[in-house]
Amino acid sequence: MYLYLVIALSLLVVADGLYFHIAETEKKCFIEEIPDETMVMGNYKVQLYDPNTKGYGDYPNIGMHVEVKDPDDKVILSKLYTAEGRFTFTSHTPGEHLICLYSNSSAWFSGAQLRVHLDIQAGEHTQDYQQIASKDKLNELQLRVRQLLDQVEQITKEQAYQRYREDRFRQTSESTNSRVLWWSLGQTVVLVCTGLWQMRHLKGFFEAKKLV
Amino acid sequence: MGFACVHLLIALLHVGLVASIELTFELPDNQHQCFYEDIKAGVDVVLEFQVVTGGQYDVDMTLEDPAGRQLYKDIKKQYDSYSFKTETPGTYKACFSNEFSTFSHKIVYMDWQIGDQDNLKKAITPGIHAMSQLENSAVAIGERLRMVDDYQTHHRLREATGRKRAEQLNERVMYWSLGQTAVVVLIGIAQVILLRSFFSDKRPRY
Repeated sequence: MYLYLVIALSLLVVADGLYFHIAETEKKCFIEEIPDETMVMGNYKVQLYDPNTKGYGDYPNIGMHVEVKDPDDKVILSKLYTAEGRFTFTSHTPGEHLICLYSNSSAWFSGAQLRVHLDIQAGEHTQDYQQIASKDKLNELQLRVRQLLDQVEQITKEQAYQRYREDRFRQTSESTNSRVLWWSLGQTVVLVCTGLWQMRHLKGFFEAKKLV
Repeated sequence: MGFACVHLLIALLHVGLVASIELTFELPDNQHQCFYEDIKAGVDVVLEFQVVTGGQYDVDMTLEDPAGRQLYKDIKKQYDSYSFKTETPGTYKACFSNEFSTFSHKIVYMDWQIGDQDNLKKAITPGIHAMSQLENSAVAIGERLRMVDDYQTHHRLREATGRKRAEQLNERVMYWSLGQTAVVVLIGIAQVILLRSFFSDKRPRY
């Protein structure tokens, strides 16, 4: 029973925190640059501006679309959630993931302001250590070591991702380099060809006109 | 068991107050974006931001306390970090503005850390027992790893800036070379036509 209470509480507490405002039909996107096989967890809560109370109140009828695109622009998550909830996904390709949030509201009350509480965590930050501790019966030190392991694992993943990025970066730079090289050669050829053609053409033209 | 659970509960309440959020968002031209956070008094807060791409890599940032006083204001900054201790409880507001820019679309990274980073320490040790040496070093390792993580993030963002620039350069080189080829050929043809017209037009008049 305590465990449930703990989980319920953690859910409650996390949803608050950072918030921002969007217009009712506006779409807001965030970029999460992550290595592959990394879990991303987002908690959100939407509130609607109420002109009567001049405040933001819970409005359970609002739904929230969450759409996640991977670096290849493939949609990996697209769901309609309720006004408050949690979405999770695990990356399969390393790179920039685009997380977009927009409400499902139609024209009835469009123009109103929405307040979105959002918390996005990636990698080992998604782990709920309290839950792990109570589930696996770990003592403090064991839990601590578990957390360190997760941290190191995430750093290793990140480093692997860095190598991947560096590789791509180098490919781009080498491509630029070779393009510049070939272009300079190509430009010389084009110039010489144009010049030769001009000479030949004009020579023929002047001869035909009996100017020379 | 019940006692331990109560501790866990207290700990969890602590965890709720400790938060760090990293967000990377797009900031279109002529727009601004504000973020709000409710913070209690006497909490250490670190706000870090960096422009990843776009224009001159600069953005205006302002930070306001609940009374509307400006704690931090800087214009056209590429990256910065600001730490402060909250004096009054309430809603703190951070705004990023790209209003000075008329065409460059920007991507901005923001890291807002509130309270003690080491939430596990608070979470499982509500100050009732002394830590052993092993635990102390585990805490120290955790702290260092967090620093490693921070540096890595910084590095990743710098790399992203460099990479995007390089990709842009690559693309520009290609378009430029295609464009220039067309220009050289067109000018070559135009020169000939012009030269011909000089001689062709005059001839019949004599």
